[in-house]
Amino acid sequence: MSYLILAWVAIIAFIFLMYVILDGFTLGTGIVFPFVSARDKDLLISMILPTWDGNQTWLVFGGASLYGAFPLAFSTILPIFYLPILILVISLLFRGVSFEFRLKSEKGKRFWDALFVLGSISATFIQGVMLGAFIQGFSLNSTENYHWLTAFTVITGISLVFGYALLGATRLIVKTSDQLKLKMIKIAKIASIGVAVGFLIVTIWTPYVNSVIAIRWATPLEAFYLSALPTLTIISYAILWGALAKQHDWLPYWMSIAIFMTGYLGFALSLWPYIVPNSITVIQAAAPESSLKFLLVGASIMIPILLLYTGYAYKIFKGKVTDVIYY
Amino acid sequence: MISTLLLSRIQFAFTISMHILFPAFSIGLATFLAVMEGLWLKTKNPVYLGICKFWMKIFALTFGMGVVSGIVMEFQFGTNWAGFASKIGDVLGSLFVYEVLTAFFIEAGFLGVMIFGWNKVGPKLHYLATLLVAIGVTLSTFWIMSANSWMQHPTGFEIVNGRYVVTDWFDVVFNPLMLPRFTHMLLAAYVTTLFVIAGVAAYYLLKKLHIDFAKKCLSFAMGLLIILMPLQIIMGDAVGVAVHEYQPLKTAAMEAVWNTQNGAPLVLFGYPDMAQQKNLFAISIPYGASLFNTHSLHGQLIGLKTVAPADQPYVPLVFYSFRIMVGAGLLMLALAVIGLILRWRKKLYESSWFLKACVLSSPLGFIALWTGWVTAEVGRQPWVVYGYIRTSDAVSNVSVNDVIISLGLLIVVYGLIFGIFYFRYLGKILHHGPDSPNATITGNAPFQYLAGQISEKQ
Repeated sequence: MSYLILAWVAIIAFIFLMYVILDGFTLGTGIVFPFVSARDKDLLISMILPTWDGNQTWLVFGGASLYGAFPLAFSTILPIFYLPILILVISLLFRGVSFEFRLKSEKGKRFWDALFVLGSISATFIQGVMLGAFIQGFSLNSTENYHWLTAFTVITGISLVFGYALLGATRLIVKTSDQLKLKMIKIAKIASIGVAVGFLIVTIWTPYVNSVIAIRWATPLEAFYLSALPTLTIISYAILWGALAKQHDWLPYWMSIAIFMTGYLGFALSLWPYIVPNSITVIQAAAPESSLKFLLVGASIMIPILLLYTGYAYKIFKGKVTDVIYY
Repeated sequence: MISTLLLSRIQFAFTISMHILFPAFSIGLATFLAVMEGLWLKTKNPVYLGICKFWMKIFALTFGMGVVSGIVMEFQFGTNWAGFASKIGDVLGSLFVYEVLTAFFIEAGFLGVMIFGWNKVGPKLHYLATLLVAIGVTLSTFWIMSANSWMQHPTGFEIVNGRYVVTDWFDVVFNPLMLPRFTHMLLAAYVTTLFVIAGVAAYYLLKKLHIDFAKKCLSFAMGLLIILMPLQIIMGDAVGVAVHEYQPLKTAAMEAVWNTQNGAPLVLFGYPDMAQQKNLFAISIPYGASLFNTHSLHGQLIGLKTVAPADQPYVPLVFYSFRIMVGAGLLMLALAVIGLILRWRKKLYESSWFLKACVLSSPLGFIALWTGWVTAEVGRQPWVVYGYIRTSDAVSNVSVNDVIISLGLLIVVYGLIFGIFYFRYLGKILHHGPDSPNATITGNAPFQYLAGQISEKQ
């Protein structure tokens, strides 16, 4: 396999990981939103306002990269997920406009708050459903029978809601203090229980819904390597609980990210070398060399730069949020 | 006949028509803000700061709408136009990636600093953020115009085993239609925005509100328009000549020329009829169409009838859209000229009929933008990639029901969010008007007034 294809697999994996981590906590903020007071709601919004657009841009980047580097995958996956994608973009639309509008609204504030929560939850849930559909695999001619909606994918959807809630709550532990921080620790504990249960169910259930993965997990050598991941998950989970008990600022957030990364890696390795489960490999889906090369030039120059200035933008707004932003 | 193809086309036309309003307005506003903040830093005149902070509120709102409606566009390429994506992803996908890398991340990264960072960073760094946002939106325009121009006139590739393999990326990015169309679009965004700014300023002057602010805005807008409007008409002419060179059938549809002829007349008004393949009624100027499109009285225009009716675009739509665009353009030019004359007579801020005309003309730029794009996009039908891929071959294999659901949902959601609430909150900002210059220098940023309102309530 050419280094170009490998490079693009790695870049796209990185992009979606960045999306999950960054927009994960933004969407997670929306999920935990109903549990805080009106004054704290303003604080939460003030925290995400300066950076939400950048976080969501990773999804746009992921979509465009899939389009450019693996056009066959893009054009195969998206029609199959026609309605879930529609739900995702409309949810993101609601999420995006609701906190722009709530700032300018007095009477309608509660309405936009509700839409913000609804948009965040449904965007997360549908991402989890599509993730589940990827794990169980799908046939290419299954556009009409709502193949993506099964008991298994509903479980992955709910699990991701808990997952992003955990990311959101632990991120908010970093950004808040006093009572609000204590509340977030409590929410993080509840969410982490949901994540653990979800992880367990999905892991046990997966070999039953996907025979290819079942065979792979039954191969002793592969199973040995793959078992490193659940081990890491359990370690991260233990540290997370310790850190939550000690009301640590940053550690819970890092451990939540670690839990997500192990799950993400496990998913990616189980899918490999396919990009569309069981039917299209990354080699089959890849764009011609001239396109991959042209793309790689831009990506290798621009990604480090954009990481730098995105980091810088975060630095400007670092620290606990104390001021409420108003329009 | 209701088909996935027809519904997908309607959905695309609807979503892109809504989407384009926001980026066009954002491009103009970002550039305007960069100029105004520069003027503020240079002159320290607080009126400029007031202008920045007021229009930045509108920019933030508009930009947000552009972001959320843009995501719909991106994913729609895959969900509804899989045939297009699988064939052309090899070429256009790269341009979209470059757009994200060089434009979207810059905009997203510095937008927060620009809007919320007034008290967090120094004035120079803040200005850098504003400049970078303006550069970001310009680069975004560049890549999109490059991609669209390539679809109008594909260059720089060869077809290997049915796949579009790029041989020269420079030829793809800078294809011959790209530079004139990019300039035309950029100017269109500036002009559109300036007419909104002039309209708002004129409204305040008529109501005798925020006089200093309104005078500066109107003076700046009208002063720039008298330069940009003629420039835009010259650019429009250049685009027309380029379109005639590379897409002669589009020109034929724009001018309603059915038979190939030298010295084709310019049909001012007419009724092109697809069924009879002729104009049922026409008021024309002899040689006009040839003169405009070839810059020669006896230049040859290819007629629509050189191809089968099935391979022609829907002529009336192209023909009328083009005329509305040109008409709106000439109206805007006339307003700019009248503005210059009134300024010369020192009556720019007093002439109430002119101010009223400015208020009424605020949407003119958007009308020209819409009809211009309809001319460009309908005019190249039945091709999505001119001469290579038909629109009918680009559509996804999805069920009619799914597209009915998505189109219905999008119309409801867009209607509510963009049609009602965007204008409601825009109206709120306009109703409140700019803060007085003295108040804007301290306190929490451009958005002080609501903070004030909220603290009053507490």
